[in-house]
Amino acid sequence: MICGFDTNDGKRLFVLLFLCCMLVGMSMWAVTLGMMRISPFTVWNALFSFDGSREHLLVTTIRLPRVLAGLVAGSALAVSGAIMQAVTNNPLASPGLLGINAGAAFAVVLMMTFFGAGTGDVYMWFAFCGAGCAALFVYALGSFGPAGHSTTGLILAGAIVATFLTALTSAVLIFDQSTLDAVRLWTAGSLAGRTTAQVAAVAPYILTGLIAAFFLARHLVTLSLGADAARSLGQNPMVWRAVAIAIVILLAGSAVALAGPIGFVGLIVPHIARLTVGVDYRWILPFCAIGGALLVIAADTAGRMVFASQSFPVGVTIALIGAPFFLWLARNRAGEAV
Amino acid sequence: MSAKLAGQQVSIAYGEQRIVENLDLIVPQRRFTALVGPNGSGKSTILRALAGLMAPTKGTILLDGRSIDILSTKEMAKRVGVLLQGPVAPEGLTVRDLVKQGRYPHRSLFGRWSAEHEAACEDAMMLTGTTTLADTPLERLSGGQRQRAWIAMTLAQQGEVLLLDEPTTYLDLAHQIELMNLITKLVRDHGKTVIAVLHDLNQAARYAEHIVMLKGGKITAAGRPEHVISEAAIADVFGVHSVIIRDPVAGTPLCVPL
Repeated sequence: MICGFDTNDGKRLFVLLFLCCMLVGMSMWAVTLGMMRISPFTVWNALFSFDGSREHLLVTTIRLPRVLAGLVAGSALAVSGAIMQAVTNNPLASPGLLGINAGAAFAVVLMMTFFGAGTGDVYMWFAFCGAGCAALFVYALGSFGPAGHSTTGLILAGAIVATFLTALTSAVLIFDQSTLDAVRLWTAGSLAGRTTAQVAAVAPYILTGLIAAFFLARHLVTLSLGADAARSLGQNPMVWRAVAIAIVILLAGSAVALAGPIGFVGLIVPHIARLTVGVDYRWILPFCAIGGALLVIAADTAGRMVFASQSFPVGVTIALIGAPFFLWLARNRAGEAV
Repeated sequence: MSAKLAGQQVSIAYGEQRIVENLDLIVPQRRFTALVGPNGSGKSTILRALAGLMAPTKGTILLDGRSIDILSTKEMAKRVGVLLQGPVAPEGLTVRDLVKQGRYPHRSLFGRWSAEHEAACEDAMMLTGTTTLADTPLERLSGGQRQRAWIAMTLAQQGEVLLLDEPTTYLDLAHQIELMNLITKLVRDHGKTVIAVLHDLNQAARYAEHIVMLKGGKITAAGRPEHVISEAAIADVFGVHSVIIRDPVAGTPLCVPL
């Protein structure tokens, strides 16, 4: 198979197409659902022949931005999770391991304490900067010095920095009740109240990150053989690891800035992807992009439906789904190892 | 007999700990060279330096008479294949996926997979007898099969030199012999230069054409097996008293500890 299109590829393509259809259907359903039911027909009209009615406004200013936010955040988190797992050669890795969530949370809390609760736009940028700075610091700490060859250095640095920043965040929040109230929802990871402008602000970054990730895919397989093997195959692991981490920062940083630290997406979706399409990152990454979006939108919609609350954080719903799944996965893996 | 790979006044250290000092080493072209010596004698470290995986603190490694420092990682990988101890692959990776990785140095950044790459992989799998295992994930293979799959990957690189760190460890007798025969074939029929770290002296004496014996990061003897393997050398390097007899099958030296 020179061009690599065999029956397995056909199956994988089918799975991807199926997921795409699910995603379209799920997004549609998510827009129609809420305090006021809106028919798909009205949604269609709101999009393509907007008439300024209350229903149309509701669709374009509240429901649709929420779904779009879930779409881009979910894609970005799942893809960056898959990249992290390849780079660290650790199945438990997620973007949070780079200190991205902790850094974003710390920056948002600092901003609120010093400048008061700003608008969503302002703290989005703080979150992005916090995430980026923390991740760069972790990467620098973990990649230079004696432990630079192994990924253990990166994992340790990430764990330490994340724990430290989380402790600092808690310390600030203990003394500052008003910030605690304002930030509580954000730190759980939520899609409520996101605007089209906010989604549009991060979308270019996420799109760039996703495209770069797909070009990275082939090199990820080589990288996941470990630094020595990668080097002996002619890959400069330091360069490609840096490229991979930069993409993770771009993707996960944007996602966290938009939706807060939604956990588990970056951990679970890549695992499901591997179980479904195999080990080739050229398939895993597209699967993650679509699957991550689907999971986040489905969880957000399910949360809104079950708890009948528009502000119920999607991070909590995903944790409720994710934790049992992850336990099952971990136990299964442990069983295989024995 | 010209040198394919050579080390000139090479010193290697891990931080403060000096492993190898002022080592002069010659690896003859189109021969099977075995590095032998007790644990901690610097065999694996020297192999890593020869592979360009770690830079000597002093001295130069020469490939065909030219320093490997001027070669990029990619150019090096086109000429030298390396298999270290206990390589790990991501779960689910098949033999074919792994062997394809051997073509990495031959592909440009956005280079497409071509018939030439495919042919190189098929050849590598054929040589190592892994063709029928192509679609099997590595974790479902036996130790010997897995080792052959990794060697197939290094063969797909199509370099002139192959460096193997303890390739026979963890293999049963039959697989060890099979692997030694494969190395012999690669040297004799395909003109490869093979360097392997071996623990089994008798295996080294029987299959290798050139033996480099190391102790404490220094070469104590190098040359043909019958010149290197002696009762005095074994006593000095390994601290083991032995009798050297002639291998009744191959005629090579056979070390029998007392």
